[in-house]
Amino acid sequence: MTQEFAAAFSLAWQLLASADPALREIVLRSLAVSLSAVSLACLVALPLGAALAVTRGPGRTALVLLLNASMGLPPVVVGLLVYLLLSRSGPLGALGLLYTPSAMIIAQTVLVTPIVAALARQIIADLHAEYDEQLRSLGLTPLATMRTLLWDARFSLLTVALAGFGRAIAEVGAVIIVGGNINHVTRVMTTTIALETSRGNLGLALALGLILILLALLVNGAVMALRFSGLKAAYA
Amino acid sequence: MPELALPFVTTGAAAAGGAQAILPLVATGLAYDAGGQRRLGPLDLTIEPGRRTVLMGPNGSGKSLTLRLLHGLLQPGAGRIAWAGRPADQAIARRQAMVFQRPILLRRSVQGNLRHALQSRGIHGAAQTARLAAALAMADLAGFADQPARRLSGGEQQRLAVARALSLQPEILFLDEPTASLDPQSTWQIERLLQAAHAGGTTIVLVTHDPGQARRLADTVVFLHRGRIVEQTPAAQFFEQPASPQAQDFLAGRIVL
Repeated sequence: MTQEFAAAFSLAWQLLASADPALREIVLRSLAVSLSAVSLACLVALPLGAALAVTRGPGRTALVLLLNASMGLPPVVVGLLVYLLLSRSGPLGALGLLYTPSAMIIAQTVLVTPIVAALARQIIADLHAEYDEQLRSLGLTPLATMRTLLWDARFSLLTVALAGFGRAIAEVGAVIIVGGNINHVTRVMTTTIALETSRGNLGLALALGLILILLALLVNGAVMALRFSGLKAAYA
Repeated sequence: MPELALPFVTTGAAAAGGAQAILPLVATGLAYDAGGQRRLGPLDLTIEPGRRTVLMGPNGSGKSLTLRLLHGLLQPGAGRIAWAGRPADQAIARRQAMVFQRPILLRRSVQGNLRHALQSRGIHGAAQTARLAAALAMADLAGFADQPARRLSGGEQQRLAVARALSLQPEILFLDEPTASLDPQSTWQIERLLQAAHAGGTTIVLVTHDPGQARRLADTVVFLHRGRIVEQTPAAQFFEQPASPQAQDFLAGRIVL
């Protein structure tokens, strides 16, 4: 076991040091797909979370419950639903997106959106409780209130986006269904690891796993540095 | 106390560009219920333009509730609030401001907090720049403009909160114990700002526990006890000859039950 890990570390290092073109392609595609999905999810989920935090009305509690429950959506189910939507006989089949990176982005966006929205709602609700009287005293509209809260919570929301990125980059079930794991087209880190494991190339799979963890650490580190700078300035 | 002139506070309706007056503020039969219990009222109260009305009374007497009801942060369970005979609307709300006991400052710089408030009232461009600079000077915070507001001392934070409220040129300013946790020096600075605002024509409604502060600032004292007004008199009369036993006990430093 120890020898396997040592060999995997060595292989991972060799792959990184040699800037292996196949590895580079897979890493870049993984990042492109997951960062796109997180960006799209944030575009939808942050205003949604803010709206749920600020507004009161019938059905809001049910919506919050639904959102919280959606955080645990099984990736394979999401993959299957997106597959049915995008398949030739599905309602969006004419777009021809199945087995493309776009399909993978859609699937990951569906998975990440509830996570970002639910966590953002909680953060913004806490901040809203603190700001509420001041903002109402200023006569802010709900939209202006949401804008203020989203801006002032931006460093905490970065961490939320990071949680979404973690979910997206580590996801395999949905992207393998809608992407098909096609070499040079839809193959990403996680699907490659799954493939190499099934082929019995455990060393290579482990090496890719280590690189995936390294990637996640790097993105985490970058966001934490940004958040720390915000905290240091007492804006967060 | 040296005179402090506020550069942008103007008198009454002039501040609103000649708009219809919003004062006097008259509350009739005002009441507030919470948890199935009456917490305030019914009470009748009139705030005259240009006056400094101080709400006093022991804890739980309903001072802060009254302030929030008048400012529109809470909706009354019963009664009516009329602004120069009209019900409150958005235009009237935009001619008021409030300062809270614990300053609610945004996670922004000092000038970021001022800019946000001014933008919320539609003040942009050169007018915003001028008011921002004036507010910083007024609060003696010009040297801290780019500092995070929440890193200021308690007194500086409250000065910023008062300056932010005054930069909106409110015709009426509500203050809920703005100096409750401040030292005498900071209290003096806040009172100086309030005196200057009053001299500029701003109507002041202040909640305080401090009889000394009420003596210094009040034209009229409203004394509340258990959610009711027990006394509403000119300040001099209140301090010389308080009519109610509750006010007599309060001013004598005795415990008011």
